[in-house]
Amino acid sequence: MTAAPETLRAPFVVEFPFTRSLGPVQSAFLTGLRERVLLGVRTETGRVLVPPVEYDPETAAELRDLVELAPTGTVTTWAWNPEPRRGQPLTTPFAWVLVRPDGADTALLHALDAPGPESVRTGMRVRIRWAAERQGAITDIACFEPYGNADAGEEGGAAAGTGARPHDGVFDQPVTGIVTPARLDYTYTPGRAQTAWLHDLAERRTVGERCPSCAKVYVPPRGACPTCGVATTERVEVGPRGTVTTFCIVNIKAKNLDIEVPYVYAHIALDGAGLALHGRIGGIPYDQVRMGLRVEPVWTEGGRYPDHYRPSGEPDADYGTYKELL
Amino acid sequence: MTAARRDVAIVAFAQTDHARRTDDLSEVEMLMPVLHDVLRQAGLRASDIGFTCSGSSDYLAGRAFSFTMALDGVGAWPPITESHVETDGAWALYEAWVKLLTGEADTALVYAYGKSSPGSVRDVLTRQLDPYYVAPLWPDSVALAALQARALIDAGDTDERALAAVAARSRRDAAANPHAQLPGARPQGDHVVAPLRTGDCPPVGDGAAAVILAAGDRARALCPRPAWITGMDHRVEAHSLGVRDLTDSPSTRLAARRAGAFDPDAARPVDTAELHAPFTSQEVVLRKALRLGADVRVNPSGGALAANPVMAAGLIRLGEAAARIHRGASDRALAHATSGPCLQQNLVAVLEGDHR
Repeated sequence: MTAAPETLRAPFVVEFPFTRSLGPVQSAFLTGLRERVLLGVRTETGRVLVPPVEYDPETAAELRDLVELAPTGTVTTWAWNPEPRRGQPLTTPFAWVLVRPDGADTALLHALDAPGPESVRTGMRVRIRWAAERQGAITDIACFEPYGNADAGEEGGAAAGTGARPHDGVFDQPVTGIVTPARLDYTYTPGRAQTAWLHDLAERRTVGERCPSCAKVYVPPRGACPTCGVATTERVEVGPRGTVTTFCIVNIKAKNLDIEVPYVYAHIALDGAGLALHGRIGGIPYDQVRMGLRVEPVWTEGGRYPDHYRPSGEPDADYGTYKELL
Repeated sequence: MTAARRDVAIVAFAQTDHARRTDDLSEVEMLMPVLHDVLRQAGLRASDIGFTCSGSSDYLAGRAFSFTMALDGVGAWPPITESHVETDGAWALYEAWVKLLTGEADTALVYAYGKSSPGSVRDVLTRQLDPYYVAPLWPDSVALAALQARALIDAGDTDERALAAVAARSRRDAAANPHAQLPGARPQGDHVVAPLRTGDCPPVGDGAAAVILAAGDRARALCPRPAWITGMDHRVEAHSLGVRDLTDSPSTRLAARRAGAFDPDAARPVDTAELHAPFTSQEVVLRKALRLGADVRVNPSGGALAANPVMAAGLIRLGEAAARIHRGASDRALAHATSGPCLQQNLVAVLEGDHR
């Protein structure tokens, strides 16, 4: 028995710039933040929701009755964050807070810039610190900061609903959409079967795995036979030559891919494999590639996998030898 | 009223030994032994299963369409009747239960898996939040739970000492659970996001679980003491945290009522509750919402504080509750699963064993 090969790992980043359109209430709220105006929305029962939503979370009624609120409020709950993480509002330790703005009935999630947890308490008065550069986003509120010395109970922060003034929600050049970048970092590990496959491939050996139940040889192996639902374990070297079972001609150049079009992308059944893998066909004009063409891998110096496949010079394979692999 | 409802039971349950990392296993390699185990327990082959349903999220490990790869472990040929939910497997179980109630299938395989180790689950879970007002601030899952914990402390519902006691009890109980990631009590540690300390938070790890459901006589044939699902319901609350009362869980209470958990005519009281409370403070909320008294054994498995494979941890609560009924340690158990920040969405099932 040989020792399991060293686990492969590689950094893997998933990153999207999500582009989202805004409804009328969201547009007014985020445009308002750009203009240093805090808006809420009034429900049919008179409650003021901040941040405002387009539909009542209780009744689903359409909400359009905007109100302007003061940039001050009261902390309703908080949590001290000693180690800020990437993307969070502040880079120094801060408190996460739910803040009920004066005149509102609900609370807004944001950060509170405070020197330490001993200086934060539920009921404390805070105000918005606006970001220097604003674009119409929740991050136009840089954070909240302590305001005055008294708690809401002592100074009597404005009662719900009373500090809210009607607002038509109309601004010049309203924001109609937001772009929010999202990035998640992973360390990818391929698992047992694919680790073994990649190690062998780097040594220019193509090793599949056989299903103990149906005897099919999977290339590349993924660890399980999808037909039988059992682990594939017996390792079987296949190829290196194979047969083109089907192919297509690529006419559109892919971004960041240094291959001239047109070129042929094919399904190739390596000799001994129970299914075809895909690869590019080179060394032959694209319009001469055909089903049954016999091919062999072409490796580049230091490559961990075949760069492409080229004709092996053998006669074409009979259709009967690969029709089950189409 | 409709005709009498079919009786549907959980007849088998299996899970992995949950671990911080499983770098040497792909998702299907981690899942497959659990599928084989649960089928073996029920004496079934994959081809005997009438409906298959799974729960997982591609974001955890960052692998697109990972649930289709996971199906490799099922043996889905000839084509099977199959479905998937992009949330905890408890909701996959709900879908399978409904499928069996309709009479379209007599047996169902339900599974769930999650590999949190490749990524940073605290950050990954921010992507489920409101993308306009909340997600751009990247409030991680511990931070949101900590806001809820503070609200509970302010309301006088708990304090840090009581939370530490929940942590200690859970991990002590987990010492008897061979699958637990954190067996045995351990120090509470420093604040991660105050007031929550390391001990108040679930371990991050990888794992999978599977159950088999069967209807009527089929269930009786497959299991000496089936765990009959006498009721199940799930409810969701508003997504905006500032709209909710974080010290209460009306969605849990309503789901429990509709599942029959408060049925005054029940012949036997609930003796066991498996609660999906990844944070100690959330057990406080759930106990209150479910009106659990001191006579109810809560999380004898150690709960999500002992092993929290995201996407599987809720299904495991149903499985653990059922397994106690299977082995005669419970007659009437309540199982709960949650999804979303601060117990946003909640599922409650009531399970009963036949009279002995």
